Amino acid sequence: MRAEYWSSALGRLRGDPLTVAFAVLILAIFGSALLAPWIAPFDPSAGSALRRLAPIGTQDHWLGTDELGRDMVSRLLHGGRISLTLGVLPVLLALLIGGTLGIAAGFIGGHTNAVIMRTMDVFYAFPSVLLAIGLSGVLGAGPRNLIVAVTAVLTPQIARVAESVTTQVRSFGFVEAARASGAGTALIIRYHVLRNVLGPILVFATSLVSVSMIISAGLNFLGFGVQPPTPDWGLMLNTLRQSIWINPEVAVLPGLMIFLTSFCFSQLSDSLRSALDVKLQ
Amino acid sequence: MSTGSAAPTIPPLIEARRLTKHFAMRQGYLRRAASTVRAVDDVSFAAYRGETLGVVGESGCGKSTTARLLLHLVAPDSGEVSFDGMVVGATGPSLREFRRQAQMVFQDSHSSLNPRLTVEDTIAFGPIVHGRSRAEARRMAQRLLSDVGLPPVQFASRYPHELSGGQRQRVNIARALVFEPKLVVFDEAVSALDKSVEAQILALIRGLKARLGLTYVFISHDLNVVQFVSDRVMVMYLGKIVEIGPAAGIYRAPQHPYTRALLASRPTMDPTRRTKAAPLEGDPPNPIDPPSGCRFRTRCPLAMPICSQLEPPLDPVAREIGHMVACHAASKVAVSEPLRA
Repeated sequence: MRAEYWSSALGRLRGDPLTVAFAVLILAIFGSALLAPWIAPFDPSAGSALRRLAPIGTQDHWLGTDELGRDMVSRLLHGGRISLTLGVLPVLLALLIGGTLGIAAGFIGGHTNAVIMRTMDVFYAFPSVLLAIGLSGVLGAGPRNLIVAVTAVLTPQIARVAESVTTQVRSFGFVEAARASGAGTALIIRYHVLRNVLGPILVFATSLVSVSMIISAGLNFLGFGVQPPTPDWGLMLNTLRQSIWINPEVAVLPGLMIFLTSFCFSQLSDSLRSALDVKLQ
Repeated sequence: MSTGSAAPTIPPLIEARRLTKHFAMRQGYLRRAASTVRAVDDVSFAAYRGETLGVVGESGCGKSTTARLLLHLVAPDSGEVSFDGMVVGATGPSLREFRRQAQMVFQDSHSSLNPRLTVEDTIAFGPIVHGRSRAEARRMAQRLLSDVGLPPVQFASRYPHELSGGQRQRVNIARALVFEPKLVVFDEAVSALDKSVEAQILALIRGLKARLGLTYVFISHDLNVVQFVSDRVMVMYLGKIVEIGPAAGIYRAPQHPYTRALLASRPTMDPTRRTKAAPLEGDPPNPIDPPSGCRFRTRCPLAMPICSQLEPPLDPVAREIGHMVACHAASKVAVSEPLRA
């Protein structure tokens, strides 16, 4: 009975052409990033002083070159590997940690709730970018620590959403009815709580992917994450900003990629929301 | 044990002994218990096999808490519940087994159904919890659906929002009955329904009881509904039982002034007997700090000095077997010659 609910939601997602289009686009972005070493026409770090800031449509470099004469197509493809990882991985980790903590806090309530949620509030007290900078500073530079830092920023946000929806669901009569039928906590959470809270939590988490990408981009720019010449959309955006007056259409390309990916994710989260809501069908 | 037995020779199916539940109202930064709401205070009663025990009282009088205490959905501060003669959880059935045999139908048919489970899955959940296979649980659910008048072909795969209030309450009843329980507690089960739907559900409830040999505890604030379904009636006021006895006796000759006021407040169909003024003034006192002695004395037309000093015990009413009342002013049998209960 559990599988049916999720598979029917999946069926509804597949039935919506717009959702399918965005899903295909996201898959294409991820696929091209994954295949970058094989499909990129040039080495992303090999520059040429002779071909600096070539405009879009230049022969061999059809998306132009950057300020060091490196091929933009190759850099965008390779950059996606890091940007997408930094966008998605912290969200997944935060979803796992924050979701579990939030659902536990909401369902158990009382002192457990207070301990978990007040701890989360400590993280909340700092602006997210500042917190990420602080954590990166303490942990040291490098992509792995950057993922940890961004995860720490996102976890309380997901925990808070998870806690509030779970608290709401817990107060519904059907949870008491399930208890009256002799079910233990684990079964109640599985059948009655998750089904009602996972939708909103997933939708919220999907919307955080773009936030995660942007925070990571900022941290990379500040030197906490990956270092040049490694390509990353955020990093590229920041180095190219000096050439914004010379070659604006090339300079905005990494930003366009961030925007496109974020946009796809928020569209998908919208579709997910309506697909998971049985009442809208 | 003063439990107001209708037929003292039959052992009760379920018996509550001195159930008490106080809720602490926490305040301030350290969440100290600032005051206590005495929701249910030293309540003892029994329901006998095959009968329907109606429970009436104003909202906030502890009816629902009593129901939850009875089914161990809320842990009592003190007191115990026996089922089939054995204390639940101690010498008697385990809590899990007890919950199979004693079920509850909740008031709000909307929030008591999971919006993301189909009707069939909602009913099948209980059997799955108790180790039935998925297929078997589904078969049971389908049988129950037809029992409560919802053809499974048409309703099994519907979600709660696709049902009317009456249909949802039928699902709630089916969910409670899927275990073949001995006892079903209805907590305001028909209060939220339209009058016409209410009548249908009441008819269903009565029919099921006769067919399945069930025992009911039926909680409602609606005196007419309680009169219609109950063999015996228990009247509660501010966490206490004020009167308990055979429905016919209570409705014909109520002994407690509160019961009398309740019955007088019923709207009548007879235009010559219009209710002119409210028989009771004011709201019930705050259960945080109930009046001393008799809790009803602040609103009672018969209040005497003794009422503020001594809490009236629940004593048998003269000449009527099984009818008990907790009132100093009521004409009762002398304590020296109790009706054997």
